[in-house]
Amino acid sequence: MIPEQIQSIPEAAGLEAHDPAVLAGGKLELGELTLEVAPARIVDACRWFRQQGYDLLSSITATDWAPVEPRFRVTYHLYSVPQKKRLRLAARVSGDNPAIDSVIPVWPCANWYEREVWDMFGVHFNGHPSLRRILMPDDWEGHPLRKDYPIEGIR
Amino acid sequence: MGSITLTPIAPGSQNMVLSMGPQHPSTHGVLRVILELDGETVVKVTPEIGYLHTGIEKTAEGKTFHQAITLTDRIDYLCPLTNNLVYVLAVEKLLQLEAPPRARFIRVMLNELTRLNSHLVWLGTHAMDIGAFSVFLYCFREREELLKIFEMASGQRMMTSYFRVGGLALEPPLGFFERIRKFISYFPARVDEYEALLTENNIWKGRTQGVGYISAADAIAWGCTGPVARASGVNWDLRRDNPYSDYDKFQFNVPVRTDGDVYARYMVRVQEMRESVKIVQQSLDGVPEGPVRADAPHVVLPDRERMKTEMEALIYHFKIVTEGFRVPAGEAYQAVESPRGESAYYVVSDGTQHPFRMYVRSPSFAHLQALPAMCAGRLIADVVAVIGSVDIVLGETDR
Repeated sequence: MIPEQIQSIPEAAGLEAHDPAVLAGGKLELGELTLEVAPARIVDACRWFRQQGYDLLSSITATDWAPVEPRFRVTYHLYSVPQKKRLRLAARVSGDNPAIDSVIPVWPCANWYEREVWDMFGVHFNGHPSLRRILMPDDWEGHPLRKDYPIEGIR
Repeated sequence: MGSITLTPIAPGSQNMVLSMGPQHPSTHGVLRVILELDGETVVKVTPEIGYLHTGIEKTAEGKTFHQAITLTDRIDYLCPLTNNLVYVLAVEKLLQLEAPPRARFIRVMLNELTRLNSHLVWLGTHAMDIGAFSVFLYCFREREELLKIFEMASGQRMMTSYFRVGGLALEPPLGFFERIRKFISYFPARVDEYEALLTENNIWKGRTQGVGYISAADAIAWGCTGPVARASGVNWDLRRDNPYSDYDKFQFNVPVRTDGDVYARYMVRVQEMRESVKIVQQSLDGVPEGPVRADAPHVVLPDRERMKTEMEALIYHFKIVTEGFRVPAGEAYQAVESPRGESAYYVVSDGTQHPFRMYVRSPSFAHLQALPAMCAGRLIADVVAVIGSVDIVLGETDR
């Protein structure tokens, strides 16, 4: 089901035509297109957009919306070098054992971005070859960018 | 950050594991690279980062939108003004506020000077890594003048915080534009001097040509942007292709090379310095008169003079400084062409005075991840050349 606002946008209409189960919503705000994707289909969506010319994965990050469920929103910023266009994919992930599939098969550079999201938010990426901490020390406890982690740290 | 144990190697292998860094002069900060070596040949490269992680993204969540500007300086100490710019542009996008034309021109001018500053440090240290020491002294001579120019405008040599949401902190002082004009009048001749030392130098060519090759397709797959991508033949520059802050009003070329090696990255950056001088020249000639701060009293701090004479200005000042201004709920991803590539801030607001999330997409992070793709199968000495050529800043890698 695509919202009326973005029905005429080729990215949204194309993804909907490709597989109606992928798109869960979307918006066009401040000139930025966001497509909400069903978390189970994130790899499909990324692979499809890569075939459509969105060849560069700028970043993967997350936001913690606790206590709202699903708690985490994992965002993928894509860029098309040939078309000079930007696109944001977002997937909501539950706060209870958060996990989403890894997109490393689509872009090799997803590796470190996914490690960073795991390190900072504790979102698990299924199929990641070495999902370990990247910025914090290995023996660190907790995931610092979660909203229930105090800004001054745990003493 | 990496584990303390070194990566185990296959049993029976004659390979040796060497930990380069975290304190190594050619790692430009605190980067640790774990090398698996077969003699002098690099079999496997594993960069380990995180030694400079200071939690800037988390800290920003506890600051107001205005206070967070000072954090953005500290992300990349070679181009603080670029980071100021990308952050204020993201917040301005959320506020749907635009800086006045004069502020936009001065932002472009200072951004290009920052690019020169960053490229000078890169060139000096990169050449020193490879063994050409004198270039470093030449580059730092010009960089000193640039830092004095930044100090003139902002009062700080490095941590400038000069761009504010809605414009600039202050009108630049008298004599500021003349000083920049004088600098760019002699700077192209100085670039000729650097080139005379390096471009046709046989040792330099021998150490850089064909080293650290990455193809255009690989560069994009690994998220390489900026000069690294352009040296591999990717004709893409955010200033030209997705213009921000009035960059569409400037004429400049985007240097592209197709060799994809260390030498190509050197040539691209040196050409970029010459293009930056052109942009600074155009911004000096075209800088419009007018205010440097937008007319948005609920966001922009009032003039000191008005504060002393008008009650309203004093109230606004008090409210912005104590509470901060509210930013409408939403999300904005703003990318700019930093000296290293696509530097982007993803700012999410939940309608309060504090950033709900400030994510920094740093080009160095992506480039370091591509390091194994550039180094595998080469000699250990080439690793040093490659690290220098991607121009990493660990401050923005680890944030």
